[in-house]
Amino acid sequence: MRYETSFRLNGTPVSVSVEPSRTLLHVLREDLGMTGTKEGCTDSECGACMVLLDGEPLNACSYLAVQADGREVTTVEGLSAPDGSLSALQRAFLAHGGVQCGFCTPGMLISATALLARDPDPAEETVRAALSGNLCRCTGYQGIVQAVRSAAAEIREG
Amino acid sequence: MTIRTPERIVGEGAQVGRSMPRVDAGEKLRGEARYVGDMSVPGMLHGKVLRSPFPHARIISIDVSAALALPGVVAVLTGEDTLDIDPYWGHAIKDRPIVAIGEVRFVGEPVAAVAAEDEATAEAALAEIVVEYEELPVVGTLDDALAADAPLVHDGPIRPGLFHGLGTLPDRDGNICYRYGFERGSVDEVFEQAEIVVEGEYTFPGVYQYAMETHSVIAQWEGGEVTLWATCQHPFLVRAEIAALFDLPLGRVRIIVPYLGGGFGSKSYTKMEPITVALARKAGRPVRIVNRVDESMVTTRRHGAKTWMRTAADRSGRLLAREARVWFDTGAYADNGPRVTATGADSAPGPYRWSGVRVEASCVHTHTAPSGSYRAFGASHVQWAGELQVDEVARRAGIDPVEIRRLNLLTPGEQVRPGGKPLDADLIGDIRKVADALGWDEPREPGIGRGISVGLLAAGAHPVSSAIVRLEADGEAIVLVGSTEMGQGQRTAFAQIAAEVLAMPAERIRCQGTDTRFTPYDRSTGASRSTTLAGLAVQRAAAEVRADLMEIAGKVWPDAGDAVELRDGAAWWKGERRSYPELIARRFGLSGGQLIGEGGVHPEGTGSYAEGPVFWEVCIGAAEVHVDRETGVVSVRRTATVADVGTAINPLLVERQDEGATMQGIGNALLEEMVYREGMLLNDSLLDYRIPTIEDLPPEQVCVIVENADGPGPFGAKGCGEGAFAGIIAAIATAVADAGVRVDELPLTPERVWRSSQGQPKEDAKG
Ligand code: FES
Ligand code: FES
Repeated sequence: MRYETSFRLNGTPVSVSVEPSRTLLHVLREDLGMTGTKEGCTDSECGACMVLLDGEPLNACSYLAVQADGREVTTVEGLSAPDGSLSALQRAFLAHGGVQCGFCTPGMLISATALLARDPDPAEETVRAALSGNLCRCTGYQGIVQAVRSAAAEIREG
Repeated sequence: MTIRTPERIVGEGAQVGRSMPRVDAGEKLRGEARYVGDMSVPGMLHGKVLRSPFPHARIISIDVSAALALPGVVAVLTGEDTLDIDPYWGHAIKDRPIVAIGEVRFVGEPVAAVAAEDEATAEAALAEIVVEYEELPVVGTLDDALAADAPLVHDGPIRPGLFHGLGTLPDRDGNICYRYGFERGSVDEVFEQAEIVVEGEYTFPGVYQYAMETHSVIAQWEGGEVTLWATCQHPFLVRAEIAALFDLPLGRVRIIVPYLGGGFGSKSYTKMEPITVALARKAGRPVRIVNRVDESMVTTRRHGAKTWMRTAADRSGRLLAREARVWFDTGAYADNGPRVTATGADSAPGPYRWSGVRVEASCVHTHTAPSGSYRAFGASHVQWAGELQVDEVARRAGIDPVEIRRLNLLTPGEQVRPGGKPLDADLIGDIRKVADALGWDEPREPGIGRGISVGLLAAGAHPVSSAIVRLEADGEAIVLVGSTEMGQGQRTAFAQIAAEVLAMPAERIRCQGTDTRFTPYDRSTGASRSTTLAGLAVQRAAAEVRADLMEIAGKVWPDAGDAVELRDGAAWWKGERRSYPELIARRFGLSGGQLIGEGGVHPEGTGSYAEGPVFWEVCIGAAEVHVDRETGVVSVRRTATVADVGTAINPLLVERQDEGATMQGIGNALLEEMVYREGMLLNDSLLDYRIPTIEDLPPEQVCVIVENADGPGPFGAKGCGEGAFAGIIAAIATAVADAGVRVDELPLTPERVWRSSQGQPKEDAKG
């Protein structure tokens, strides 16, 4: 049994026919070819698979694709401008060395994007709390905290 | 925060020494960077592995008929399918079958593998395979394995692998598959007469490296050749093992390595490649296998270890002798155990001046997951034990921990071990710097402990690397090098090195992943060797291109001689300028052609382990902790590390390496432990096996970058990123001891710290 599921993906309407047991993560990666979102633990523990669902961060490995019907999904591929130029947050990750192997990066960017949308001036503790569901084994997190705070300042100053 | 010392001014146009953003960050930030799990090839099937539920059992029978009957299942692989070749592999000891043959030796050992049209079908087919086992006695711990009547995990002769690099391997001795030791000076005599003797036993847990990306492989047979897209740190060594296993010439095995989602040693040498290649061979179609986290945990891990150690000193705090015995739990198969054992033994004395030293280290089999490399192996296992003893000597002698180290540390040029490379770093300078960075002399509040530690790690592995640099007709350059980008930033470092030599911006240089069909040979990516050795090959290759450019410029300006200057992508003489594209066009006529340079590094002597290492990596860390005696919770307040890198090719990358190592050190010291009971892994998920999150970030972290230009690599560079790991583990252990808690077992969980600080006995020994 398959269900026709339609949602907006990074601003573009898409429609896929999916079995009800399939996760949003697998449908994004396998059916829609959006491999920027990573598969880590498949168990809601690492944050590598995060996407925005109507602006809220969510572990796509633990969310059924059919539930996304009629909603707005944003993946890492949707964070930069259509011409490929990076968002303020992405530029800050670049400048502060918040990327190493890059496997956690899509999820980190999604979490941080959601944070900055609701809190334009997050304190360091707020940044830490917001990103506590995103594991990173490479960076030691320091560059990530710096990047998020400096991006916040840049966005505030316009 | 970073401190660079001595202070350095990076000249205009200089490429080495500047913190340029990573060349691969843009792709990674846009979600465009591809990892093996993101890739597929036409006709590709999905592979899943059936793994043993028992730590030790005989396989009586395997019935795959029901699995094969499922629609969508294409092939099922069992040990029988591998009997037409010699199916045992292992770079150190050839002891590991591609899939189990007649016996399983750890929970998680592959028993069968299924290839199906999609993952869900492959998964469903696993449940249809019927295996009948007869359980056998289990050797669960080091103590079990070393008991006089212990069952043997292996009993055949040692079959040396292609890349152990340790001379002649001795025969098995019970469950011990490798031993390494040395003795110098008069040990027993010194201990008999010493005024201070400290003795103890220390336990280090088995640890999961946790690269976020799990082991993943695509294998494709075509026209008598096999191509792999694989998560491997050492593609050329994997190529050789696959060629040997499947009886192919080297040139008919092709390994392509895209981006790696972390490695830390877990993707060194061969891992999931043989089973994927065998499954693809059976299926007659390409197959992709992507491990789950619980599968990668049992594919390889860090050795658990037990150390007995004693240290002798005189009343003034002069260190006299050290004796250590170390047992490494290498699990069911040797993996990199022999090298870890040798490196651990070499780290045991610490970088001090001794009248006598005796070290014996053993690599021991148990019925647990195989253990291999993980960042700073060997040093991480034993440095903390040695440093706890140095601190205890200092306490009894009534001197400061920094002072006792200053008194006893080796100085540059002194022998670290006979016949090997002498010390090539200023440890006394480094230890003072790290102490200042931590605020060692500041007054301390109650409940606070401070620790400092210093050690050495034999770094560089085997010195064989090569590189090709191509300057294209448009003035952009391409660097080909077989070293793997796994997050450490080597593509950026190589671009900067080549750019410096070619006097052009590093932004105009591309460095891509390995494809063994085109990229020149590199021995391995690990042991902090890439910047030093592959970097030296890149520097030499770029120098050839530079020489070519100068030769062409000589034809443009016959009177210029050596006075031609290369700057900003052009040659200059007396105010005249010729861009690189113009020079290249001059050589080849019209447009097109390219300048090609080659560079290589090979051992000066035999390259044996004994002659090494390439350089001594400095393992220094300092930590300030708070210990809550009521709850046993240890919190890290401040850390400081020293990256003694000779020359920082990219200071930002160096800093981020040390911060990453610091966090992993905090994990290993306080949180992480693979808990085994009777050969069963009890915490095989990230929920139960906790690694540091962003909430564990210490409030203050200082990275001191020391640039004495004393490394063997390009521009005086030497590697980093591992030393801080061993340094921080030991610094946290000594800091907790400084706060008044007995420390002899890691990780320092609240329960352990609480028991110890309340004088309670330890929890029951793990089964
Ligand atoms: S893959 Fe979804 S949280 Fe890890
Ligand atoms: S950059 Fe590698 S896991 Fe975060």
